Amino acid sequence: MELFRYKKPIPLMAKAKIFFAVSIIAVLASWALIAFKGFNYGIDFAGGTLVQVKYEGKVPLQKVREAVKASKTFEGASVNYFGSEDEIVIKVRTSSKKLGTDIGDEARKLLEGTGTFEIRRVDMVGPKVGSELREKGLMALVLAIAGILLYVSFRFEWRFAVASVMALVHDISIAMGALVLFNVEVNLDILAALLTILGYSLNDTIIVFDRIREGLTTVRSSKLADVIDESVTRTLSRTTLTSLTTFFVVLTLFAMGGEIIHGFSFTLLVGIVVGTYSSIFIASPLLMMMGFDVEKYRQKLAEKKKREQEKEKLRAMYEQGTV
Amino acid sequence: MKLNYRVLVFIAAAIFGLALSAPSLLSLAKGPKITLGLDLQGGLHMLLGVDTAEAIRSKIKSLASSIKYAAEDEDLIIDEFKVRDGKISFELLDKDDIPKMDEILKKIEGIAIGKEGMKYTISLTPEEVASVKKYAITQAVDTIRNRLDQFGLAEPTVAKQGADKILVEVPGIKTPEQEQRIRELIAKAAHLQLMAIDEERAARVDQMTPAEAAKYGDVILPDAQNPDRKYLVKEIPILDGSMLTDARVAFDRNNQPVINFSLNSQGAQIFGDFTGKNVGKRLAVVLDNKVYSAPVIRERIGGGSGQISGGFSVKEAHDVAIALRSGALLAPVFMEEKRSVGPSLGADSIKASMIALITGFLAVVLFMVLYYGIAGVIADVALVVNLFLILAVMALFGATLTLPGMAGIVLTVGMAVDANVIINERIRELLYEGKSVAKAIEQGYANAFSAILDANITTLIAAVVLYAYGTGPIKGFAITMSIGILASMLTAILGTHGIWQMVEQKIEKGGLNKWFGIKVAGGNA
Repeated sequence: MELFRYKKPIPLMAKAKIFFAVSIIAVLASWALIAFKGFNYGIDFAGGTLVQVKYEGKVPLQKVREAVKASKTFEGASVNYFGSEDEIVIKVRTSSKKLGTDIGDEARKLLEGTGTFEIRRVDMVGPKVGSELREKGLMALVLAIAGILLYVSFRFEWRFAVASVMALVHDISIAMGALVLFNVEVNLDILAALLTILGYSLNDTIIVFDRIREGLTTVRSSKLADVIDESVTRTLSRTTLTSLTTFFVVLTLFAMGGEIIHGFSFTLLVGIVVGTYSSIFIASPLLMMMGFDVEKYRQKLAEKKKREQEKEKLRAMYEQGTV
Repeated sequence: MKLNYRVLVFIAAAIFGLALSAPSLLSLAKGPKITLGLDLQGGLHMLLGVDTAEAIRSKIKSLASSIKYAAEDEDLIIDEFKVRDGKISFELLDKDDIPKMDEILKKIEGIAIGKEGMKYTISLTPEEVASVKKYAITQAVDTIRNRLDQFGLAEPTVAKQGADKILVEVPGIKTPEQEQRIRELIAKAAHLQLMAIDEERAARVDQMTPAEAAKYGDVILPDAQNPDRKYLVKEIPILDGSMLTDARVAFDRNNQPVINFSLNSQGAQIFGDFTGKNVGKRLAVVLDNKVYSAPVIRERIGGGSGQISGGFSVKEAHDVAIALRSGALLAPVFMEEKRSVGPSLGADSIKASMIALITGFLAVVLFMVLYYGIAGVIADVALVVNLFLILAVMALFGATLTLPGMAGIVLTVGMAVDANVIINERIRELLYEGKSVAKAIEQGYANAFSAILDANITTLIAAVVLYAYGTGPIKGFAITMSIGILASMLTAILGTHGIWQMVEQKIEKGGLNKWFGIKVAGGNA
C-alpha cells in the first residue's frame, strides 16, 4: 500500500506567510487565554483534597451535595461525576496537616447514609508542596528546552536549534491554550504530557531537519526554499504515517484508558496534531526567516573538508618523515 | 539464509526479554519481578513534614532545666529565669557566682553565651540548631520505620526526601479504616512520662489557670478518657519514655487490655527511689500530655516495671505498645501530601490501560503489515521484542510500573515503529530510483540512521529531565519512555537490519509488492 508517492517537490515555502499568520494568531490566542482565563490548576499544583467515591448503582448526587454543603471542612467543594454515573469526585481547596483524622476520613463520615459506597482514592496536597511542584515543573520544562537547544546546535547549526525551539514553544503554547480552552485540570500528569509533546514534536522536526541537512549537499538548487520544499516533501510520507500511528495509539488511550488518564491523553492528542503541523509548516520556514544561506553553508562545508584534507596530508607527510 | 551478528544480537535480546519478563507476566514464584506502583496495586503514599521548630523548642527547654538544676546544685542564686524566642535569659544576684556559672556553662556544648554584667542570654549556636533539626528528621524516619515494621505490613518504605521531608509508602492497604489506623500509629508522639501529682494544691486544680500553675512549677493535664477532669502535676517529670526497654499488651483482672512496660536499670533506680519516698501520694502515668491513670503509691516499687491502663481498645493498646517500643518522636510530624488509592481502583486502572495497550498495539501491528507487507511484519517482530525488552529491563532493575508508566509503554509502541517507518520509506525511495534490493536496504539504513539517532536522543533528553524533576508516578513514565527508546534502537535498527541481511537473497524479482508494499515499474532485484 502506498498513500504518498514522491513525484515533485510541493511548493510549501511559497505559502509560508499564510502558515505563519495562522500560527501567530493561534499562539497569541493561547497566550491571551492563559493570561486572562488562566489554568485550571488541579490539587497537585494548587493544593487541596480530592476524594473519589464509587457507589453501588447511581450516585445520589443531590444527597451527596447536601451532605457536603452542610460540612464546614468542605466549604466551596465541588461534586462531579467521574467517568460514569456511579462514580464521583469531591474536590475542595483545603487540606489538613493532621495525620490522625484527615479530610478523607471526614468525607467517609459525611457520606454515611447516602448509600453503599467505597472511597477509592483520596489525594491531598498541602499548599507548600503544591507550589514546590509548580516550580519544579517549570524548571523541568526550561531545562528540557535548554538541553535540546544545546544538542541541536551541536548536531546541526544554531539556526536549526533556534528554529526547532521556536517550533516547540509554538506547540507547547497551543497545547496549553487548549488546556485552558477546554478547562482541563492541570496536574502532574499534564506536565508529563507537555514534556512528551516536547520530545515528540521535536522528533518530527529533527527528522525534517535531518533531510534538509542532507538536501543542502545533494539538492542542486542553492535556494533554501527549494531545498526545504524538496526535503519536506520527501519526509511527508513518514511524518504523516508516524503521526497517524501515534495519534491512533493515543486515541485508544483517550477512549479506553480510563478517566484518570483522560487529561493526559487529551493533551497528547492536541500535541501530536500541532507538533506535526509545526514541523512541516513552521519549523522549516523559520530557517528561511533567520537568513540561513545555502551558499555560505556549502562554502563552509567545502572549507572544512579542505582543512581536513590538508590535515590528513600533513599527517601523512609527518608519518613518512618528510617534514 | 545466513546468520549475521546483527541477527544474533537480536535473538539474544529476544531471549533475554522473554526470559526476564516471564516472571512478571506469568507471576512465577522465582525471578526478578516488576513492582506495581501504589496507583496500580493500591496503597498509601505520604509526604510528611517534620516540625523541627518544635524539636528546637524542646531542646532549649531541656537545656533550661539542666542549667537550672546545675545552678541549684551549686547553690547559685539566679533571678528572672526566662525562656523566650529560643533564648534563655537570667540574672545572677551575687557577683562572686560569675566564675562558678561560667564553669557550668563551659561544660555545655553547642551554646552561644551573651553576657552583660550579671545578665546572661544563652542561645543555641547555628550549627547546633542545624544538627538538632537534622537529628529530629533522622530520628523521625527511624521511629516511623520501626513502627510500621512492627505493625506487620508488607514492605513499607520510609525514606528521607529532600532536606526536611519524609516519604512513607505503604502498599497493600485494604480499607480506609486500616489506612487511618496506620496514620494514627505514625502520628503518635508516644511521649511517656511518669509525673508526681502536686498533692498540696491538687484540690484547687479546677480553679487554677495555667499561668498560676506555672508559678508553682506545675502543669495542668487533662484525663485521657474524660477531658473535663484535670490533674495538677509537677512540671519536671520523674521519668520519661527514653528509659523504657519494653512495652507489651496484657489483660487485667477485668479482662481489659493494659500496657505493661519495663524500665532500664537507671529508670528502675529512679522509679524505686521516688516511690519509696512518696508512699501515699499519687503518681500520674502521662502519655502524650494526657493522664491515663493516677494511682496512689502504696509501697516502694522495685524491679522497674509499670502499667498503663485506661480504657484502651485492644487495637489501641496494641498500637500504643508499638509506638512506645519504637520510641517517642522528638518532633511532631505533619502531612504535606497524601495519595491513597484503593485496591479496586488500582485493578480498574490496570484493566483500562491494558485494553488501551493491546488495542493500540494491534492497530499499529496491523497497519504496518497492510502498508509495508513483509517489511511491516519485520518491523512488528521488532516491536514485540521491544515490548518484552522494556518489561525485562524494568524487572531486572526492580523498577516500579505506574499508571503513567503504562501510558509511557503505550506511547513507546507508537514511537518505536517510527524508526522502521523512516527506514522503510528510505528503502522505498531507493527502490524507486532503481537501486537493487541489497543496495537499497544497505543505503536505506545508512541514510535513516542520523535522523533516528538525533530524534531519539532529543526525546531521551526530555525523558531524563522528566526523571530528574518528576516525582513518583511521573518518574515511572520517564523510566518506561527511556527504556523504550533505548530498546527500540536495538530492535528497530539493529534487529530489523539483521533480519533483512538474512533474507535479502530470498527476495525474488518482481516481489517488491509482497516485500515492501510497492509496485515499481520494471521491477528490480
